[in-house]
Amino acid sequence: MAETRYTKDHEYIRIEGDTGIVGITDYAQGQLGDVVFVELPSIGKSVTKGGEAAVVESVKAASEVYAPVSGEVVEVNSELEGAPGTVNEDPAGKGWFVKLKLKDPAELEGLMSEGEYQNYVKTL
Amino acid sequence: MRYLPLTDTDREDMLARIGVADIDALFSDVPADKLLKTPVDLPRGRGEAEVERILAKMAGRNRSASSMPFFVGAGAYKHHVPATVDHLIQRSEFLTSYTPYQPEIAQGTLQYLFEFQTQVAALTGMEVANASMYDGSTGTGEAVLMAHRVTRRRKAVLSGGLHPHYAAVVQTLSEMASDEVVTLPADIRASEDILAAIDDETSCVVVQSPDVFGNLRDLRPIAEKAHAHGALLIAVFTEVMSLGAVTSPGEMGADIVVGEGQSIGNALNFGGPYVGLFAAKAKYVRQMPGRLCGETVDADGRRGFVLTLSTREQHIRRDKATSNICTNSGLCCLAFTIHMTLLGQAGLALVAETNHANAVKLAEGLAGVKGVELLNETFFNEFTLKLSRPAAAVVEAMAEKGVLAGVPVSRLLPGQGLDDLLIVANTEVNTDEDRAAFVAALAEVL
Amino acid sequence: MLNRQGRPTQAGEGAQEAHATFTGNRALQQIEPLIFEIGRYETTGVDIDKPGPFKSRLGKLARKDGIGLPGLSEPEAMRHYVRLSQKNYGIDTGLFPLGSCTMKHNARLNEKMARLPGFSDVHPLQPVSTVPGALELMQELARYLMVLTGMPAVSLSPKAGAHGELCGMMAIKAAIAAKGEGETRRTVLVPESAHGTNPATAALIGFVVKPVPAREDGTVAVEDVKALLGPDVAAIMLTNPNTCGIFEPQIVEIAAAMHEAGAYFYCDGANYNAIVGKAKPGDLGVDAMHINLHKTFSTPHGGGGPGSGPVVLSERLAPFAPVPFIHLEDGAPRLVENVADAPEGNAPFGRITAFHGQMGMYVRALTYMLSHGADGMKQASEDAVLNANYIRAGLQDLMSLPFPDHPSMHEALFDDEWLKGTGVTTLDFAKAMIDEGYHPMTVYFPLVVHGAMLVEPTESESKASLDLFIATLRDLAMATKGNDKSRFTGAPHHAPLRRLDETRAARQPVLKWVKPEPIAEAAE
Repeated sequence: MAETRYTKDHEYIRIEGDTGIVGITDYAQGQLGDVVFVELPSIGKSVTKGGEAAVVESVKAASEVYAPVSGEVVEVNSELEGAPGTVNEDPAGKGWFVKLKLKDPAELEGLMSEGEYQNYVKTL
Repeated sequence: MRYLPLTDTDREDMLARIGVADIDALFSDVPADKLLKTPVDLPRGRGEAEVERILAKMAGRNRSASSMPFFVGAGAYKHHVPATVDHLIQRSEFLTSYTPYQPEIAQGTLQYLFEFQTQVAALTGMEVANASMYDGSTGTGEAVLMAHRVTRRRKAVLSGGLHPHYAAVVQTLSEMASDEVVTLPADIRASEDILAAIDDETSCVVVQSPDVFGNLRDLRPIAEKAHAHGALLIAVFTEVMSLGAVTSPGEMGADIVVGEGQSIGNALNFGGPYVGLFAAKAKYVRQMPGRLCGETVDADGRRGFVLTLSTREQHIRRDKATSNICTNSGLCCLAFTIHMTLLGQAGLALVAETNHANAVKLAEGLAGVKGVELLNETFFNEFTLKLSRPAAAVVEAMAEKGVLAGVPVSRLLPGQGLDDLLIVANTEVNTDEDRAAFVAALAEVL
Repeated sequence: MLNRQGRPTQAGEGAQEAHATFTGNRALQQIEPLIFEIGRYETTGVDIDKPGPFKSRLGKLARKDGIGLPGLSEPEAMRHYVRLSQKNYGIDTGLFPLGSCTMKHNARLNEKMARLPGFSDVHPLQPVSTVPGALELMQELARYLMVLTGMPAVSLSPKAGAHGELCGMMAIKAAIAAKGEGETRRTVLVPESAHGTNPATAALIGFVVKPVPAREDGTVAVEDVKALLGPDVAAIMLTNPNTCGIFEPQIVEIAAAMHEAGAYFYCDGANYNAIVGKAKPGDLGVDAMHINLHKTFSTPHGGGGPGSGPVVLSERLAPFAPVPFIHLEDGAPRLVENVADAPEGNAPFGRITAFHGQMGMYVRALTYMLSHGADGMKQASEDAVLNANYIRAGLQDLMSLPFPDHPSMHEALFDDEWLKGTGVTTLDFAKAMIDEGYHPMTVYFPLVVHGAMLVEPTESESKASLDLFIATLRDLAMATKGNDKSRFTGAPHHAPLRRLDETRAARQPVLKWVKPEPIAEAAE
């Protein structure tokens, strides 16, 4: 079973072997409102933990999506270019952003678990 | 004061309601020693008649374009603007509205912006256009920055036919942003080898047609070379009327088209306000500067228009915005749209043809004048003459004879040994008598 | 005999409910198609004779195809644009309290003067000897701006406020480079409450933006600025009065701290209308400040422009002002158009626009200044401040003030604390104002306040107008506590259109009219 970890900036990373699927949480999409555009990185790009991995735009705001951990972009969800609303409809599933090949799995340790994240959201 | 509705009684009542003793109590955050106790050292207010007198006197010291045969161009042009245009742009609901932040009560502005974008896209042969820039020159600076964002390169190549003021705007902006600019030398006969200047570091090539000397330029080979090196072609124009007669830059492969729209709908105004036209290929729309108006529907499903793709802009993106631009040219782009609507493609083609015909006639009329050489192979409504005397002195002497003859190249490019060149424009407003006066005055002066 | 002929003069007894009309129009509110849907390709509303035969000099670049733009005859064009205008709200329509935008009365004398042929029908490159009146007007405008601001120099050419910011920041960058500090001083401090143009401008020319936190009371504290100062800091960009409508109490100390650290003070003058004739930016330590002629000096807002943004400059920055500028030589004005022609002691940083700036706007602004005079401009600022505080006093018991400790200047800022639990948002409240016949205030700006509502009535409103506005907002505010929220959530109900779908506009951008496909092809 895949394990999912969370950041305080509301990104998730779902671990599948040595890769992780990155997206934004349901809470984040709710805060953003209707997503109208997603800017994705190019495949092969190296991202560092906390660095910009993508940009998500609603009508009124543009927000950076930060990489939860360091790694190399191996796949991007190009479906989002034509259907950015998928981020709102299914953030944890079809609305994912990028797949990263993890550089250092130890970086996952600093991230929140599902339960910890849900408690964190309650404090906001 | 006639613009201030409050009476002294009102003011007293209002201060009492607020609960302060006097007006300066509301200015209590201003350091006491910085608050002015008396009016500044300027005259007191005046009635309408007196203000009119003062300004009419100043205006009367200028010689207006309509008061004599007029051939001055080089980036701003005297055309006839229908009376309807100036009447409509002065309607209160256009004149005194603002940026359409509340689209439900700003559909008038939004719909004309949508019409404007459509017209600009069609004229330039491009897929998308924005809701205007300040003018052609600042638009050109923005186009270069946009090309840098698209290509992720930072070197612009400027043709020697680009209006020197436009080149200066790009150079200033680039120097401040630490970007590289290669400016080719003044290219009077459109003979430069701009292809040789394009390499794999080039972000964009900026070429004006008709160029500042009036020559038409075939952009196709430049587009081809630029694209082969991953660079963009930015096509510039200062005379939008030319697009009624010449092949559009879009058709010739331009990636971004930017230019001055003053000629349609707008007066000379001693240089401003004007209206910058800005168009691009659709795939670059998210890198465009400025406002964009888009179609949508309201809650009842009726068609309406809103400002859109705003996340590119400064009020949302702040230091990551595509540009710092906020205002556009509102009324000037309305004037453009109304005039363009009155013209239609049929009228535009006819006015453009007349411009060209008049310029051809003047060129032919000059053939017999001693000491004058026409340098252009091709032109639209403007060309460059080589004179046997310095052009600046010729222009002054002709002005004394009642003819405003054109722009000496030395005014735009001083100290480059181009003192004997004169840029002459001829539009639909010039008559056969005007041209005869030009030829006669020039012959006398030389 | 009684004559029983003629039209009835009493209201009829018909149905109370409005029925849908055949046209979709509602009396004066007319649905108007796009020109592309009503125009014809062969029509033109301009009469011009076809030129006789001539030999073309267009070479191989003559246009071959039509442009694809229809035309309208003059009566059709007139009606089309008049109908469009009727869908717009302007200052002449009603109270337009858009904060930070200074929607004051636009006197028509300004328009009349700008259209004098001696101003409107002169070319920027005709011989300078033929336009002495134009230079005189520019000089006179410059003099007024310098006297009002207490600054020694002004660059007139910026085309709008944001362009003025760019001009001022470029002058600062040039001054820093002239001192040999161009490589080190690269940070610009910008308060979080600033207009978006400030960080965008700084970033555009390579500065790194560092935010300055806002204090609880909505102001910037000198200690917070000092904590950020160092040899890397080039300037601060501070709006005064600030975007919360408050005059920055420590502005003099902040300016001094900047100067002591070898940095500059850029003042965003968007809100200058509050203090014209009341305080001089030059006395406060400002190095550069743009002035939005379309705000403070009443040149028309025009649906979003054209603007004009002259920048006043301190002694330290004056030498770096861009071309063109007017230089007095033995009392005679000389127009300096090229960097190489700059007189001794000047080092212009370059050029920011073609020609000489927004002459049409200069004429209007000077007309305003001549009309008001020194006394009238001072009175206008005082009335603007008085009106804003009067509105604040009339609403503060119902709506919440985030910064009650400072008087407001020319605009009063409310937040949405008072709307909590009502289910009504700032946006809903704004849209309900539309139904009441008002243009809404600025909403959701400044960003430092939640659900911000920034109300700027300007000096152009009468007491009666303000009283009705206050009464209306009080009625609306009370209604937010009631059970029926449709007055807000469904608003506007009475505007030409109801709320527009901005998500759809952004997800599938349609940015121009496209000729519909013939049905046979489209059905494929």
